[in-house]
Amino acid sequence: MSSTKFILGLFEDPDEMLDGIHKLQQNSIPIYDVYSPMPIHGIEAKLGIKDSRLGYAAFIFGCTGGTVAFSMLYYMLVLDWPHNIGGKPNFAIPDFVPITFEWTVLFTAFGMVLTFFYATHLFPGRAPRVMDLRATDDRFVIAIDARGNIPHADITNILKEAGAVEVKHNDRKYVSYE
Amino acid sequence: MASHGESIIREPLITGKDITYAQITNDVLRPVENLPTKAWWIGFTVASLGALLWLVAVSYTFWFGIGAWGLNKTVGWAWDITGFVWWVGIGHAGTLISAVLLLFRQNWRNSINRSAEAMTIFAVICAATYIVAHMGRPWMAVYSLPLPNQYGSLWVNFNSPLIWDVFAISTYFSVSLVFWYTGLLPDIATIRDRATGLRRRIYSIFSFGWTGSVKTWQRFETVSLILAGISTPLVLSVHTIVSMDFATSLEPGWHTTIFPPYFVAGAIFSGFAMVQTLLLVARKVLGLENYITMFHIESMNKIIILTGSIVGVAYITEFFIAWYSGVEYEQYAFINRATGPYWWAYWSMMSCNVISPQLFWFRKLRLSIPFSWFLSIVVNIGMWFERFVIIVTSLHRDYIPSSWAMFYPTWVEVSIFIGSIGLFFTLFLLFIRVLPSVAMGEVKLLLKGSSEQAKKKVLEHGHVDAEQAAFYKESLEKFDSVELADYKA
Repeated sequence: MSSTKFILGLFEDPDEMLDGIHKLQQNSIPIYDVYSPMPIHGIEAKLGIKDSRLGYAAFIFGCTGGTVAFSMLYYMLVLDWPHNIGGKPNFAIPDFVPITFEWTVLFTAFGMVLTFFYATHLFPGRAPRVMDLRATDDRFVIAIDARGNIPHADITNILKEAGAVEVKHNDRKYVSYE
Repeated sequence: MASHGESIIREPLITGKDITYAQITNDVLRPVENLPTKAWWIGFTVASLGALLWLVAVSYTFWFGIGAWGLNKTVGWAWDITGFVWWVGIGHAGTLISAVLLLFRQNWRNSINRSAEAMTIFAVICAATYIVAHMGRPWMAVYSLPLPNQYGSLWVNFNSPLIWDVFAISTYFSVSLVFWYTGLLPDIATIRDRATGLRRRIYSIFSFGWTGSVKTWQRFETVSLILAGISTPLVLSVHTIVSMDFATSLEPGWHTTIFPPYFVAGAIFSGFAMVQTLLLVARKVLGLENYITMFHIESMNKIIILTGSIVGVAYITEFFIAWYSGVEYEQYAFINRATGPYWWAYWSMMSCNVISPQLFWFRKLRLSIPFSWFLSIVVNIGMWFERFVIIVTSLHRDYIPSSWAMFYPTWVEVSIFIGSIGLFFTLFLLFIRVLPSVAMGEVKLLLKGSSEQAKKKVLEHGHVDAEQAAFYKESLEKFDSVELADYKA
């Protein structure tokens, strides 16, 4: 049994890679993941990736921020420290708008970005688990789990046929794991 | 792909005949991966001397208090708030470019957003230091935050625009920082995967373990889009709130409902001018002419005409409303601006901000790099004068003639101002050395559709209308990095 863990198809061109994905799917070869140095629009649908739900997270954080800010202002200016300034109302809603707005934005931004980091397992100092170093530079990489898959030579041929400039049989999952 | 099938008559966003994905990385990372050039060292030395001056002047202020400045009982705000509003305004272009242009699907933003965002961060840092310094006792700055304190139920006055400012600027700074940094992750990962040894370790920490997997990219794009969506109203709110520092007062010359939109337009105006000042030099020094092209420069110049004209209309409207309101104090304030002791500041503002950008209507001038650079500096000067005029000329003569006074800056204020420019450039020069000044991931996205070579391919192999092909070729005349000989045949 070979020691290959992952088969990588390295492409120079995103369109050729999409072609590669198409061909692999036609042959019912499951794709482990795809890596690219830039976003490729339309690839999610091809790979059957569901829409991101970060928008919902953002909305919830925004509502939280707005509520927190407004409640804080209400507590501080109306309940805790009402001041009579020229007989003006303490519950001056228009004056509450700027800060409520700013905190809505602040909570949305931080909440959503932290959710993004959490969901994608990104955090400072995390060891980069890259399968091929050029995947962040100029190569578009399709990774295929080698174990239990059809003959490796066939996968190699399919990738080459689609225009892969290089096909790698990696023994290790990650090359940049430190 | 986003830009596939783009019309041939659109000018290319990446010039150069044989640009590849690898070359984009090489070109952008050249200043990061190599030793600094002589030009960088000269710039850095000058800028850091400026930053040193800033340090001296700010320390002097903290030690002796703001009595070291030329303020008096009548003119209590002067160069400090002028500098603050000026820097915050400059900061606005970065967010505008990243957020508003992203929402409007303006692809040309892709090559300039990174440096513009960095500029935002540094400009807001400069602005914030002004505010802290102007407090006089900066260690008391904590009292501007709504924190429980030893005075019992004593909260900040949330009805005050100055407190709105605290919230607006701090939110603006932190959201811009998050936006900028999140966008940097893929590019930091690129540097990491090309580096070795210690550099690799350092960039590895800051890349958060980015791999470029498809799901991450998908979420990344969602995050960028939502951040852009919330940053757009944020950026408008920030300068609106800054303008309310003045507009909610009863001071003649400040008490103006036109201030919010006028300040926002002014901010975009000065911000784009500063982007031009920086990028026209950076593209040359860093060799990024293929990515920051004449199309980008021209587009920014067009925004400068637009916003300069809005600002011009605002100046004239203020005058009209002062007359139309029938309020004599208001009328006097404006007549005094134009003919009083600070007439020179008023007319500097008028000529720099209203008259000079109109020169960009001439195509030749709009496409001239030296002229664009010169004018961007003129606009920056003009916008500084605008804030000076609003603040100092309004304050120096108001309702009580017995307290009328003049304002003269001391060396400390002048040094803080010049020094803050030094600080800004120091930070920017350090930035271009350690981080990619062009968002590589986003520029790579344009290669297949909007680059010169992609268009050339379409011209050669596609079925393009002859008229459109001719139109495209003619449009290339203005590019300083396009070899027209290639198209003559």
